[in-house]
Amino acid sequence: MSDIRTSHGAAAGALAPREYHLAHEPHPENGTLLGFWLYLMSDCLIFAALFATYGVLGRSYAAGPNGAELFDLTLVAINTAFLLLSSITFGFAMLRKQMGDVKGTLIWLAVTGFFGLCFLGLELYEFHHLIQEGAGPQRSAFLSAFFTLVGTHGLHVTFGLIWLVVLMLQIKQHGLTPANNRRLMCLSMFWHFLDVIWIGVFTFVYLMGVL
Amino acid sequence: MSAHNSHASDNHGDAHGHEEHHAANEPHSTFSGYMTGFVLSIILTAIPFWLVMAKVITDRPTAVLVLGGFAVVQILVHMVYFLHMNGKIEGGWTLLSTIFTVVFVAIAITGTLWVMFHMNANMMPTHTDMPAAMEHSAQPEAATKAAP
Repeated sequence: MSDIRTSHGAAAGALAPREYHLAHEPHPENGTLLGFWLYLMSDCLIFAALFATYGVLGRSYAAGPNGAELFDLTLVAINTAFLLLSSITFGFAMLRKQMGDVKGTLIWLAVTGFFGLCFLGLELYEFHHLIQEGAGPQRSAFLSAFFTLVGTHGLHVTFGLIWLVVLMLQIKQHGLTPANNRRLMCLSMFWHFLDVIWIGVFTFVYLMGVL
Repeated sequence: MSAHNSHASDNHGDAHGHEEHHAANEPHSTFSGYMTGFVLSIILTAIPFWLVMAKVITDRPTAVLVLGGFAVVQILVHMVYFLHMNGKIEGGWTLLSTIFTVVFVAIAITGTLWVMFHMNANMMPTHTDMPAAMEHSAQPEAATKAAP
């Protein structure tokens, strides 16, 4: 790029338009990770709104069942374990990526996807069970807020899984190219971010819900 | 002109150098880092679950404070060990945007709860026994029905 500029400048001589070059770029060379982080932060604001809504409506049971009667903490503990395990296995995939080991990366990504599916399956089972018991999102303001908050997190996990599968296919086809490495970094941030949100969910919704 | 040219090519070389060590600018993960984070997060998850499931703390406000404290610490652990958060990556902009978000989230959540609970307390006929009304599910419902 600047080679072309230089030859052009030499040809045009002193009449060439003046160009300015900053000695140091005021921003990072590649802002993808920062940009993706900003997206995650905006996602965080969405969850803040949902948490606030749950905080306001979480005790409006409309004479219906409350958290202590509905939540099965053993189930939630197992679900939390699945998500924590999927976080560490994603970490292992990233370590394999750093070594340039395509096969190892794919295997650990598959394990991550498996735990993600387990988490999602258990959450869907819980939702199904609640709706069967007549504690669906229409039952009370508490349950509306609960399904919206936990469901939004579940939707994020679902899209994370779709992204994971697509990225695995891309890595299988093209290997650990710079583009794929960048995508892996972003998905890694996305996945760990969902784990952080889940800490808020299991603490404020489930644990404080049964107190 | 020649000075200008050399400047331009200097810049070019600079950009190259930037790209080359950009990979090093990306957060570098280590096995021990992930394992530390994992073990800490298991401990920080297990304790609150045990506190609630074994009914260790019966006093609700105390329990809320303790559980909230564990959640905050665990979020910090995840941020540092899994999301590789520090003041250096991306020239500190990541940390800055996070601080902004934390402040915004704190204002949004505490502000909402503060306003809404005060509104409830001021509008409900039985606002004197607000804590009791919060404990029993049927009571606020009955109170709102009785209002008109």
